[in-house]
Amino acid sequence: MADVKELRKKYTPDMQSEIGESDTFPDKIKRMFRQNKLAVFSFFVILFIIFAAIFAPLVAPFDPYTQSLKDRLASPNSMHLLGTDELGRDVLSRIIYGTRISLVIGLVPTIISMVIGTILGLISGFYGKTVDFIIMRAADIMLAFPSLLLAMVVMYTMGGGLVNIFIALSLVNWAGTARIVRAETLSLKEKEYVEAARSIGVKDIVIMIRHILPNCLPSLIVLFTLNIPSAILSESSLSFLGVGAQPPSASWGLMVVKAKKYLFSQPWLSLAPSIAIMIVVLAFNFLGDGLRDVLDPYLKEQ
Amino acid sequence: MNSLNVIKKILKRILISIPVLIGVVLIIFIMLRVVPGDPVTTMMGEHVNQTVIDKISREMGLDQPLYIQFFKYVGDALHGDLGTSYRLNRNVTQIILDAFPNTVVLSLCAAVVAWIIGISAGIVSAVHQNKLLDRLFMGGALVGVSMPVFMIALVLQYAFAFKLKWFPISGYGSAASMVLPSIVLGWNSAGSIARMTRSNLLGVMQEDYIRTARAKGLRQNAVMVHHALKNAMLPVITMMALQISSLLSGAVITESVFGIPGIGRLAVNAIENRDMPLLQGTVIFTTILVILGNLVADLLYSVLDPRIREGE
Repeated sequence: MADVKELRKKYTPDMQSEIGESDTFPDKIKRMFRQNKLAVFSFFVILFIIFAAIFAPLVAPFDPYTQSLKDRLASPNSMHLLGTDELGRDVLSRIIYGTRISLVIGLVPTIISMVIGTILGLISGFYGKTVDFIIMRAADIMLAFPSLLLAMVVMYTMGGGLVNIFIALSLVNWAGTARIVRAETLSLKEKEYVEAARSIGVKDIVIMIRHILPNCLPSLIVLFTLNIPSAILSESSLSFLGVGAQPPSASWGLMVVKAKKYLFSQPWLSLAPSIAIMIVVLAFNFLGDGLRDVLDPYLKEQ
Repeated sequence: MNSLNVIKKILKRILISIPVLIGVVLIIFIMLRVVPGDPVTTMMGEHVNQTVIDKISREMGLDQPLYIQFFKYVGDALHGDLGTSYRLNRNVTQIILDAFPNTVVLSLCAAVVAWIIGISAGIVSAVHQNKLLDRLFMGGALVGVSMPVFMIALVLQYAFAFKLKWFPISGYGSAASMVLPSIVLGWNSAGSIARMTRSNLLGVMQEDYIRTARAKGLRQNAVMVHHALKNAMLPVITMMALQISSLLSGAVITESVFGIPGIGRLAVNAIENRDMPLLQGTVIFTTILVILGNLVADLLYSVLDPRIREGE
């Protein structure tokens, strides 16, 4: 078996192995790890951040919520590596705890919105006609809103807080996934194996889940990796505008807006959480880009 | 025959936008109506007696069933009346139209910044494909896209306004005061435009007519300017129209950091003051702008690209 694979690799024209037409999924991932150093590095950065989030109480030098007014607005020093904020809380500890919020905000709304989007996209592409028209017009409507403004309206209605951010971002972001899954379903449902399944009387839902969904997975993985950073950015913007996370939460966006007042006297207070956001977002973007290059040449065109 | 087709297509495209427009208004309308708490109480404060509240509710039509309120709102909106602000007691349309030019100026300046940086970085990257310069620029583009808007704003404010004192820290009016906000707002778009320009250019460079141009002995630069660039720019131009949405989202933050009295700041103020009609008006107004932008992008694309114009 291994010989055949070797032979195939040897005799496949270069172009084809470049595009990765004949590679299996693990092959492609391996190829990314071999070729794209930045994506690999980003992968380890993300692992590191996940580690920091899980073990925050062990890693953080101080409690992120304990105030100490006599130590307020301290410059970075040997005890407080990133200084303290306007209530004397240790900034480094707050940033470490902030990884939890950031990752949860990146993951939860992204998973919810992608599940909704995938289901609607599958239905829309598979059944076509009226259902398709209605779902796609609904997607058009959601995509027409400037996302930040729509999220602001949702937060206005429901009030600030983490759970409401989940709802706001899920509501805003399902449409993009729905469109892409629909487009893939449209082309996949014309394939012979789908026709074969249909002709022997396999139920629609089984066809969708067993035959169409798995073929959408590469795009969905890429989309997932790229939706996480955009959710994180949205949360930080909402919190920055005061309609997202509420004090005393260690949300990075909230930390920046609280520190904004001291920008000219204690610039590191705003800078540290901003850089934290940038690193997380950048890591996911680089990884997503790397995955897209190997998994989905189609998405790259978009 | 041909022009008839084009007109038909344009009409069809415009017709499709109408249900989207209605849906947008409906969603915002419903979302803002399910806010807990009585809007009149919110407006007047807690200590107002019930008969006064009822009277004002009646005057503002808030005692009517929701669907009647909706049709009245849409009817008024079609006449250019988006209601009255609770807090400022002025016509919302007027408030928005006062603020709108500021946002337009800011967005246009930002678009120019994004174009200049984005397109030139994209071209340089494509010409030096997979070499150091390409990696550097594309990495830079991704960094640009990954920075939160407020971070760019605060960093530039600190460096160029506070430390170097080249530009005012905030405010609005002079040309100097627009420089930093324009760069801040254009930054993210520049990243995506650079990436798009590069990938389009690389796609076009593989076309047959480029090979022909090369084969007849044209220099690299001439091929680039006369043949490749012209064709690669097409999707980038339409992308600018599609960027309106993200520009407006970014404007919310840019305006609130730099204190520019535009639409984005109106929305933030409306939320702070719990001024529902103003928030409703600003969101609906900006969304209509986005829908129009998409419409223009589609039409522009089909007019500029003969393959699409002739097709179908």
